[in-house]
Amino acid sequence: MADAGLATVERRPRVGTALLRLLRRTFVHLGVLPLLLVILLVGFGTWEPRFLSRQNLFNVARQATYLTVVSMGQMIALLTGGFDLSVGVILAMTSVVLAKVMASTVASDPTAVGLAIGLGILAGLGAGTTMGIVNGIGVAVLNVSPFMMTLAMASIAFGLALFMTGGVPVYGMPSQFGATLGFGKLLGVPVPVYVTAVLVLGMYVLLNWTRMGRYFYAIGGNIKASILSGVSTRWYLFMAYVLVGFLASVGGVMLTARLETGEANIGAAMPLRSIAACVIGGVSLRGGTGRLGSVVLAAVFIEWFENGMNLVRIQSYLQMVVLGVLLIFAVVMDEVRHRYVAGMRDG
Amino acid sequence: MALSDTQTGRAPEVTSGAPPVLRLRGVTKWFPGVQALRRVDFDLRPGEVHVLFGENGAGKSTLINIVAGALRPDAGEVELRGRPVQFRSVHDARQRGISAVFQEFSLVPGLTVEENLFLGAEPTTGALINKPEMRRRAEEALRRLGFPILPRMRVNRLSRAEQQMVEIAKAFRTNLSILILDEPTAALTDRETDRLFQLVLDSKRQGVGIIYITHRMNELHRIGDRVTVLRDGGRVDTLAVRDATPEKLVELMTGRKIEAFFPRIDHRPGEELFAVEHLTAGTLVHDVSLTVRAGEIVGLAGLVGSGKSEVGRACFGLEPIRGGTVRLLGRSVGKPTPGAMLGAGLAYVPPDRRTEGLVMERSVRENIALSALPSAHFSGRVLLRRRSERAICLRLAQQLRLVPTGIERPVALFSGGNQQKVVLAKGLTRNPRVFVMDEPTTGVDVAAKTEVYTFMKDLVEREGAGILLISSDLPEILHLAHRAYVMHRGRLRAELGRAELTEQAVLSHFFETTTTHG
Repeated sequence: MADAGLATVERRPRVGTALLRLLRRTFVHLGVLPLLLVILLVGFGTWEPRFLSRQNLFNVARQATYLTVVSMGQMIALLTGGFDLSVGVILAMTSVVLAKVMASTVASDPTAVGLAIGLGILAGLGAGTTMGIVNGIGVAVLNVSPFMMTLAMASIAFGLALFMTGGVPVYGMPSQFGATLGFGKLLGVPVPVYVTAVLVLGMYVLLNWTRMGRYFYAIGGNIKASILSGVSTRWYLFMAYVLVGFLASVGGVMLTARLETGEANIGAAMPLRSIAACVIGGVSLRGGTGRLGSVVLAAVFIEWFENGMNLVRIQSYLQMVVLGVLLIFAVVMDEVRHRYVAGMRDG
Repeated sequence: MALSDTQTGRAPEVTSGAPPVLRLRGVTKWFPGVQALRRVDFDLRPGEVHVLFGENGAGKSTLINIVAGALRPDAGEVELRGRPVQFRSVHDARQRGISAVFQEFSLVPGLTVEENLFLGAEPTTGALINKPEMRRRAEEALRRLGFPILPRMRVNRLSRAEQQMVEIAKAFRTNLSILILDEPTAALTDRETDRLFQLVLDSKRQGVGIIYITHRMNELHRIGDRVTVLRDGGRVDTLAVRDATPEKLVELMTGRKIEAFFPRIDHRPGEELFAVEHLTAGTLVHDVSLTVRAGEIVGLAGLVGSGKSEVGRACFGLEPIRGGTVRLLGRSVGKPTPGAMLGAGLAYVPPDRRTEGLVMERSVRENIALSALPSAHFSGRVLLRRRSERAICLRLAQQLRLVPTGIERPVALFSGGNQQKVVLAKGLTRNPRVFVMDEPTTGVDVAAKTEVYTFMKDLVEREGAGILLISSDLPEILHLAHRAYVMHRGRLRAELGRAELTEQAVLSHFFETTTTHG
């Protein structure tokens, strides 16, 4: 169609230069993220030389792991056409349970450090994943809307976490836990980066090379068509929320190691931040589309951006304002992009 | 949909020589990268129905959008009653007596029917809306059109067909001189269609010029006077409707000569593949029995709402079965589910590809493969076999002549006809023996229809498949089916063999009659 149009005698009005066309094509395929990254690198890079220092990059890499892991979970929920507002409290619940179990085990037997750490991590992951299971049952079996289910779950779990701790941080974890999983380095690279890399790889395989991943996209894109294609949509919706729970829980374990205390309010900003990372990374809020690579990049971008703002001493309150503005900007650009894509239709 | 010409009578001849109410000269329109219209000439006489025909993407929508004032041409002239005009907006065009009913509705769901009818032109007294006046005028408009809709109903409570009626009523509101109808019958039942056509005839008599877009051959012949065929944004020909045979139109639309619009399909029935006995399902289907053998196409006809669609859905596990049995390839199926039926060799083609058939944002490849992922060609124990998947999907896309063949493009970007090909290709991945096709050619242009028919012919003749063809398009049943069942109010009315399969015979079972039939 396009070729036929160009081959005719009449000349079309010139729209722009080759550069402009290249920009537009990048925009249609990859969204607004590449543009933001360029602005980030050039802007902060020239403003503050420390921004691109080796030291700072490792710092950002570690700092970005938590959001990256949680955002991957959020991405699954968004792909299936829902979202998860309880990722923050899953983090908190994981943190509190893990800290309590670890502290009490090591208190009863101060030599059993390895056992305490193992048990604590398992208990934390168990608690977080259980919340994912409950979310999954609510959404997939009881047909509660993901918004209500996870919002209610956020209230329930936050209340439980506060109740268990009395609102004060849980101390008494063995220092080895924080020293390895929190601050540890292997070959100069922070340990959480390895954990995250493994999870990213696993997610990549799951989303692109397994039936489950394919079905997540299909269910979010058109659940009726998926049912008619013989996909057991309930099972996969359930599994989606279980996976969100698990991934958020891993984020909780790593963050607790970093903070060296169990806290009920560590994940408060996570729902917004993880959804922001997904949207900036081009995941559609309507479900069905989104690339893992872009989400990971967007999560890193957000952390890096905040790191840059810290370096140039922008107040943390103002940072919240900036993040909100950025999110709206990303959503608007996504709409613009949709319009471009719709213009490419044949019919 | 298919009612004989005799029911409404032939459209009266247009008095030739009447000056056109609208004339387009050399109208050209560019979109980024595409020339949507190239120097199109078009004229519309008062009191005629001028049908626009063409494949999806041929430029029909662009043309009517220019006439309706929604788009401005890049070159060329538009003349209204002999005077050149440039519409500034849809509102401007409307002021000059041009109304359009587009496929996408322009109603506000949360407002009532009357509020929608008078949106932007509310009758007022001072600063306030004169509600009694608005109610009175809305009632009058709806009564004149014969639409059974209450003005105070909220639009989002109405069925799609009723919304369509409101949309039409909105178009008829102003002083009309040109009416544009873009596939207006797509959501209407036969009765509602009849009423709409009556309105069209009334408007003709009052000298309104009507531009009508349709893919349905029988509508063309029922109300059309002249037809203009567009291809790739250019006008190919304008001819009188009586000269427009399906073969001729397809040739003009595609530039290819075809032998017959409906292919001849050999009938060599083999063993029974699929049988339904005393099926009672959902709220509608009652005691339906039918069989489909290898190598035959069995039609299932009936009005919209007769339950024919629900029979297909029940067999695929989409409607709860309350009684009776379903037998596939000699084995009885206890409780059908989509997964089980696909695995056992039955493919179901849903009537609405957008809502039930396709995941629009995903690629052609992912859509074709979606129902076949559990099979060994598509996935191993853990991982997908993406290379094999790509090869199979590409082969199917080529087999169905998907244009363009790019299987990594999102389905949403393809034209309606090509989207339908993806739905059909999807049905092939599990190597089914039986196909249940519910309205397989809805919203598909005439050229793509012939391709779908050829596809069905190949399935039946070469693969020995059996097809249950559920269709509201009567010519489709009459020309393709070897046998047909007719449904009425959830029950089987008749079974007709090829020899008995005539328009009269089928129609006589569509409506209320006292005749009982075997």
